[in-house]
Amino acid sequence: MNMLSINNLKASIEGKAILNGINLDIKPGEVHAIMGPNGAGKSTLSSVLAGRSDYEVNDGSALFMGKDLLALSPEDRAREGLFLAFQYPVEIPGVSSTNFLKTAINEKRKYLGLDPMEATDFLKFMKLKMEEMEMDKSLTSRSLNEGFSGGEKKRNEVFQMAMLEPKLCIMDETDSGLDIDALRLVSAGVNKLRTPERSFLVITHYQRLLDYIVPDFVHVLYKGRIVKSGDASLAKELEVKGYDWIKQEVELAK
Amino acid sequence: MSEPEIGIIDQVVSQEYKYGFSTDIEMETAPIGLSEDTVRFISAKKNEPEWLLEWRLKAYRNWLKMEAPTWQNFSYPKVDYQKVIFYAAPKQKITLDSLDQVDPELLKTFEKLGISLLEQKRLTGVAVDAVFDSVSIATTFKEQLKEKGVIFCAISEAVHEHPELIKKYLGSVVPSTDNYYAALNSAVFSDGSFVYIPKGVRCPMELSTYFRINAENTGQFERTLIIADDESYVSYLEGCTAPMRDENQLHAAVVELVAMEKAEIKYSTVQNWYPGDKDGKGGIYNFVTKRGSCEGAFSKISWTQVETGSAITWKYPSCILKGDNSAAEFFSVAVTNNRQVADTGTKMIHIGKNTKSRIVSKGISAGFSQNSYRGLVKINKNASQARNYTQCDSMLIGDKCGAHTFPYIEVNNNTATLEHEASTSKIGEDQIFYCNQRGIALEEAISLIVNGFCKEVLNQLPMEFAVEAQKLLAVSLEGSVG
Repeated sequence: MNMLSINNLKASIEGKAILNGINLDIKPGEVHAIMGPNGAGKSTLSSVLAGRSDYEVNDGSALFMGKDLLALSPEDRAREGLFLAFQYPVEIPGVSSTNFLKTAINEKRKYLGLDPMEATDFLKFMKLKMEEMEMDKSLTSRSLNEGFSGGEKKRNEVFQMAMLEPKLCIMDETDSGLDIDALRLVSAGVNKLRTPERSFLVITHYQRLLDYIVPDFVHVLYKGRIVKSGDASLAKELEVKGYDWIKQEVELAK
Repeated sequence: MSEPEIGIIDQVVSQEYKYGFSTDIEMETAPIGLSEDTVRFISAKKNEPEWLLEWRLKAYRNWLKMEAPTWQNFSYPKVDYQKVIFYAAPKQKITLDSLDQVDPELLKTFEKLGISLLEQKRLTGVAVDAVFDSVSIATTFKEQLKEKGVIFCAISEAVHEHPELIKKYLGSVVPSTDNYYAALNSAVFSDGSFVYIPKGVRCPMELSTYFRINAENTGQFERTLIIADDESYVSYLEGCTAPMRDENQLHAAVVELVAMEKAEIKYSTVQNWYPGDKDGKGGIYNFVTKRGSCEGAFSKISWTQVETGSAITWKYPSCILKGDNSAAEFFSVAVTNNRQVADTGTKMIHIGKNTKSRIVSKGISAGFSQNSYRGLVKINKNASQARNYTQCDSMLIGDKCGAHTFPYIEVNNNTATLEHEASTSKIGEDQIFYCNQRGIALEEAISLIVNGFCKEVLNQLPMEFAVEAQKLLAVSLEGSVG
């Protein structure tokens, strides 16, 4: 069964069409990259899949492990195992990462019919994951994302991913605003989380992220459609030639 | 605000008030209405000495000449004092030596409220005085406290047992002429708690009074007096609930705190009077005067309040910093939902040298409610090197509620240092979506965000009650977004 199966997905915001028929299949363990020029609809795709209510789905479907993803509430999508690493993680003052993650994990467990995790078990689990992901100890007590640098916020997204153990990770321009050292750290974290079962949808404007997180497939999104697909070499080609040649190809095909 | 969020917030579903039941018990009440006879009736019920009756009558006569204040940031229908019952007590002998004599209905009532008066089920480390309408039902752990010399009893009992202390301190911080509602309280107060901590004693447990309004058409006018003698320490907590009734009921309490040299009083309130229904029908008018005096040098008074109930809350727990180097704190969380109104804050009056005060106020408004912070920081002429830090944060949930801040500052000594910070925020759609995306649904997300917002204040509460208060915040806001 596909991890994610998107079929002719069309979506708009405030009446303006952004996605104009997306088709995409992702199998367990695969890493897909979505690239494209600004305004192509990359972030819209991640928002629609995660269930942000600003967007209206006009047509098409998305199946997440066979379930109708679009019929689920955002929290149920998360509980089913869909994780979005945000481009701009929000700050929640006064809420510690520990408390936030404990709530998130127990809400998910409740949904799956499991008992909540005991506090001591949770702390042990968190400690283990922090060591694994090489996170600073101060994270547990700091307010969620409050006063974090850009790099810290993105690393924290990947850490949350490690804690919540999702099936499908969507990464929305995780590389934006990161310097090369932070990019390496974040990518190293993601690579640790790659397993034969877990799938990734990596959305990025630049190829450089894909030097570190090497994708199985690369898709180019333009004007709300996937106009070209290939393997990791397509990303390299884009890096050299830019997006213009693809735009021209699309216009010529009309 | 974008469209979808308005959609969510419009779907207001009000949560039922959990403590809205009433107890069916035979009551003895004063004749309806207020006159000198009412005052005499109450005083006679309590076998009070002549001086106290005179004190009450003086207050009553003063009250007659006073007008209800009009400067507040809300309006309410005039209270008709001739339609209020000023005294209501369960019909039984109330001088109890043992809980065996307490009506089981009353014990059950408090049990239902989560307050067990029974020996084996008591919250360890907390002594409770339970006040039901106009009388104190029981005080727990009295004997253990007595060993340390701590007096913790109903104020009506203290009048007989410790008249010298009552005579000296009753009205010493809040004079009977102080304001309209304080005058009314002085005339008709029925019961409340009395605490005395002797010199050098650290009170071995939390003291707590639990107030319950039960009877219909009654007002509750309790009076609390806490005296901490030199180098003593006490932490005190009050909680309150009331049945759901369609009419508004008046609660006009007076609380006086006296901290002597190097003494510390920590006073915490979790106020959960019935707030009225979602259309604003019924609910308690909570018009309370609370004031502490830092009498001695190096004394400290700390007010912490979590205000979630009442149709209208109107109160300013204040501190008079008389002693040199004395310190005062006010930590407040006020949550209003539906049609609730809160006009609350503090007054910090700096008189002594090197006095310092700190104010942290968190207001959360949801529904159609109005939430005001009103505070005065006054530095007197001789209060050299006085310091104040004020922080007022407001959070709005939805776009039909209001948050207001009225900070007043009077400085008469130019060596004073004052800082004021204020912020207003809105629970953002982005914050909620972020939580949703981690598997946390709307109500839980709001509770998480609000508790984070109030963390500094909640951290001040005694441990046993912090968890309770957190849950209460969540319940109060339940239904504020659909």
